[in-house]
Amino acid sequence: MSAWADILFVFLILTTFGLLGSSRLASSIRICAFQGIATGLLGFACGTGFSVRMALVSIAVIGLKGFAFPRMLLRAMRESNTSREAQPFIGYVGSLFVGLLICFAACWAEAHLPPMAHVASRLVVPVAFGLLMAGLFLIVARKTAVNQVLGYLVLENGIYTFGFGVVREIPVLVELGVLMDVFVAVFVMGIAIYRINRTFDHIDSDQLTMLKG
Amino acid sequence: MSIWNFSCVLLGLLLAPLMPGLINRTKAFFAGRRGPPLLQTYFDLAKLLRKGAVYSRTTSWIFRLAPSVGLACVMIGLLLIPSGGLAAPLAFSGDLIVLAYLLGLMRFMTICAALDTGSSFEGMGASREAFFSALAEPALILGLATLARQANSFSLSGIFGGVVRAEWHLAGPALVLVAAALLIVFLAENARIPVDDPNTHLELTMIHEVMILDYSGPDLACVLYGASLKLWLLGTLLADIFLPLTGLTGLLQTACFLAVMFGVAVLTGVIESVMARLSLLKVPHLLIGATALSVLGFALMLRFAS
Repeated sequence: MSAWADILFVFLILTTFGLLGSSRLASSIRICAFQGIATGLLGFACGTGFSVRMALVSIAVIGLKGFAFPRMLLRAMRESNTSREAQPFIGYVGSLFVGLLICFAACWAEAHLPPMAHVASRLVVPVAFGLLMAGLFLIVARKTAVNQVLGYLVLENGIYTFGFGVVREIPVLVELGVLMDVFVAVFVMGIAIYRINRTFDHIDSDQLTMLKG
Repeated sequence: MSIWNFSCVLLGLLLAPLMPGLINRTKAFFAGRRGPPLLQTYFDLAKLLRKGAVYSRTTSWIFRLAPSVGLACVMIGLLLIPSGGLAAPLAFSGDLIVLAYLLGLMRFMTICAALDTGSSFEGMGASREAFFSALAEPALILGLATLARQANSFSLSGIFGGVVRAEWHLAGPALVLVAAALLIVFLAENARIPVDDPNTHLELTMIHEVMILDYSGPDLACVLYGASLKLWLLGTLLADIFLPLTGLTGLLQTACFLAVMFGVAVLTGVIESVMARLSLLKVPHLLIGATALSVLGFALMLRFAS
């Protein structure tokens, strides 16, 4: 059981590094989709046994993060005619270094937390913290709106991983509520990307700071 | 220490030229061609050894020294590396650092010789080789350091002497990361496809091939043989991590080891067939990514191995 969970956690780390290092939006979206599927599978790998509740939530997560969101984002990307992020605030090699720092910080934070009772694997907390910070970093360091949405999704994956690995017994209503929120958020962001693109012919959110009312 | 420890080194010396042949056959299979014979490298070596060498008048003794030094380095490296679960003939504490520096010395001599020819084309290749290998080295050293930390031994024989297999389920995630990093190093050091294309001779983007353009005859044979030995050496390192063989003895063990080595060659051929070469500007990304994987493996090992 723990071996499968460990493989999934390493996969989550690898996909995060893939996101930090790739400049093509299409491949970033695909990597993020794989990460979403891996997060969904965590429910099966970390769980103590099979239950309908867990299967329901996991399937919902895989369906949304692995298939619905990527399709939506790919469409937004195609319509905006942007295939790659040319000049992020922090370059791709720099991002990889930041990713390493984040991993060390996550390991450090895990070492300084009080020990938790029901942790499914030793990797849960560092990976969850790493995903949280990497998601925030992506939102800050990238200019393209699509990449910022991906950062938000990575952040959400981190929260979900933490929840599944540590708390375990979240009521299904809360879980589905959070999923609903994420769904609406990505939906709204998709519309926002569309509007930004239709008004300005690009999805570079950095230039929105210069708008005047 | 038994005769078997030396037998693997002898096998390496004899069978290393088979590796490029196997890679080429795999690539030919994917492309739907018959491809050159498996023993093509042996034929090339035999042909080159019969010919005389031509030296440009601008070159000095460095140019003539480099092939033999490179070959000697990689042969000593072969003595250091344990193969197929057996201890290496030459094992002492710290030999993994010696191995890294032997590879470094080999590269240094090749680069010096390339600069010695005075050709701007070869100088370009030398500069690229220096740049990329400087990026690949941290990945190799950190990967080996991770393994050393996990096995609590500073000798390659101690690391691979059956310890890796016992630790796969304890420290699996870290080992997967290190194995991925070393695979990238293997491809980069041997000038294989995502980094360099061994087939191009007429492109401005080639790296390794351009540095040996001026060699001919026995010198070129030395360089070619050294390159296949290097392929064998780093392949052994990969094979030791991926499929550590323990508990087997005698001929069966040797056969398993050879099967794994040829598996590595076929894997390289498959990678070369399904991937395109990265553009020169993207190569540093790949190598820094490999270093990142090694560092991550090291961090996980430090945090969780104890």
